[in-house]
Amino acid sequence: MLGLTRKTKVSTGASLPVLAGLAAAAVFLLIGCLSSDTFAQQTVAGLSQGAIYGSLALALVLIYRATEVINFAQGEMAMATTYIAYQLTLWHVTYWLAFFLTIVIAFVLGVVVYGVLIRPVQHRSVIALVIVTVGMFILIDGLVTWKWGADLKFMAAPFGNQVYHAGGVAFSRQDLGVLLISILSVILLWVLFQFTKLGLAMRAAALRPAAAALVGVRVDWMLAVGWGLAAVLGAVAGLMTEPYVFLQPSMMQAILLYSFAAAVLGGLESPAGAVIGGLALGVFLNLFGQYAPRDIGSSELRLPVAFALLLVILLFKPTGLFGRKQVRRV
Amino acid sequence: MSALLELENVDARYGPVQALHGVSLRVAEGEIAAVLGANGAGKTTTLRAISGTVRRSGTVTFAGRPLRGGPDAVARRGIAHVPEGRGTFAELTVWENLRLGAHTRRAEKDDFARMQQYFPWLETRRSQQAGTLSGGEQQMLALARAFMQRPRLLLLDEPSLGLAPLLVTEIFRIIRELNEREGLAVLVVEQNAHIALQLAQTAYVLEVGRVALSGPSAELREHESIRRSYLGY
Repeated sequence: MLGLTRKTKVSTGASLPVLAGLAAAAVFLLIGCLSSDTFAQQTVAGLSQGAIYGSLALALVLIYRATEVINFAQGEMAMATTYIAYQLTLWHVTYWLAFFLTIVIAFVLGVVVYGVLIRPVQHRSVIALVIVTVGMFILIDGLVTWKWGADLKFMAAPFGNQVYHAGGVAFSRQDLGVLLISILSVILLWVLFQFTKLGLAMRAAALRPAAAALVGVRVDWMLAVGWGLAAVLGAVAGLMTEPYVFLQPSMMQAILLYSFAAAVLGGLESPAGAVIGGLALGVFLNLFGQYAPRDIGSSELRLPVAFALLLVILLFKPTGLFGRKQVRRV
Repeated sequence: MSALLELENVDARYGPVQALHGVSLRVAEGEIAAVLGANGAGKTTTLRAISGTVRRSGTVTFAGRPLRGGPDAVARRGIAHVPEGRGTFAELTVWENLRLGAHTRRAEKDDFARMQQYFPWLETRRSQQAGTLSGGEQQMLALARAFMQRPRLLLLDEPSLGLAPLLVTEIFRIIRELNEREGLAVLVVEQNAHIALQLAQTAYVLEVGRVALSGPSAELREHESIRRSYLGY
């Protein structure tokens, strides 16, 4: 062909060395789990923590792909929706009914946030968008504190407090439940994106809005649905975090930071990368806390270690594990 | 023949730059019309003004009713626009691209069957990423995707751009076939005046955003200034 056709380099993002590295890590974890009970216990607990990071990271990636902004308020939106679930249980709604109602409410809130706050500034500048999301962070935080107060609130434990024993290893039902629910919501979302007409239209709208509009896709609606789904993922993450830290306005702030790290680790553009990044980060931090020398492995250093990792990624592999090099057409 | 599409006195601008000055043209039901002109004459802008991707004034009527709204609303009225650069989703598979074409449709199965009569080879490439197709294949995919929309009018922007002569002939053969067998009206923008005048029944020549000449292709082919500036003999 004449040199006129613009060949955009297309790749799935995951390179061979990355996949090999992940496979090696998985083998390492498996061997570790089989040879040490403590290791297995820490790995499972890390996976359930990581699944929470992963689902919130996925929410960040969804928004980033659709609107090209990091939603700094993602964690606070998650926290606010968790408070809504709490309010529902105060009104004697059972936990799981409250869970599903909250998901619906979160979706609507996500759509409204997009329509009212994001859409008007979307095409102005990235800075304007960032300021809006930071403003939302502060606004939501203030509203929740005003309505429910800043003190700790408690919800019923959704999975109970049982502990299962397999061999010498103790698995808490809560860890397993959190892992299951988080992974399930990610899988459902993947099915939606991969196999439904709506999902395809949403992907098209995020990839090339102008071309998507030409085939009749209502791009704005698709972006609104994207914000709604991100809010749903956030709500699930919030509800799954609550059993560990209980309800307080700041409950998601650290989680959001871990999720940033997970999203960057995965490549920021890659949904699969965000989830794998989250799981990897959760397991790594748990094992690090267990096996690093006492003074380094202390829990105060958990967040700094995560950020050291983030910094290393940004320095040496800014596209993350699954990101692709951005080729900007000029 | 009644007009399917009618532009009357259409202006279009990109910010402060006016690209179209009072363009009027019509495409009859089941007709192929061509828009010719040099680079920057406003050919692409004419298509964009129709599909609502550029700000315009003046009236555009489609199938007897005014055409309003953005590109998604226009697509829903039954106009498929294959833009410059084809608008293929390089990251998606061939099949996903085709499914997107049918986004506004309900009876997808039937549409696939019809489309396959014209593009049988697409079936064997269904799970290939569209970005890995050759330029000619991508142009075919763009046509097939537009056809999946089952439009009444097809807007084509430079279908021959960057393609080898043999492929250009093939693409134009398919366009003619879609027109003859499906009664699909086509408005095609082309640099290659020769092939465009062979394909179209009516042609419009744009010069700096104005219609300088128009008429049946057969007449324009004989026109002195067209021959000299566009056909080169």
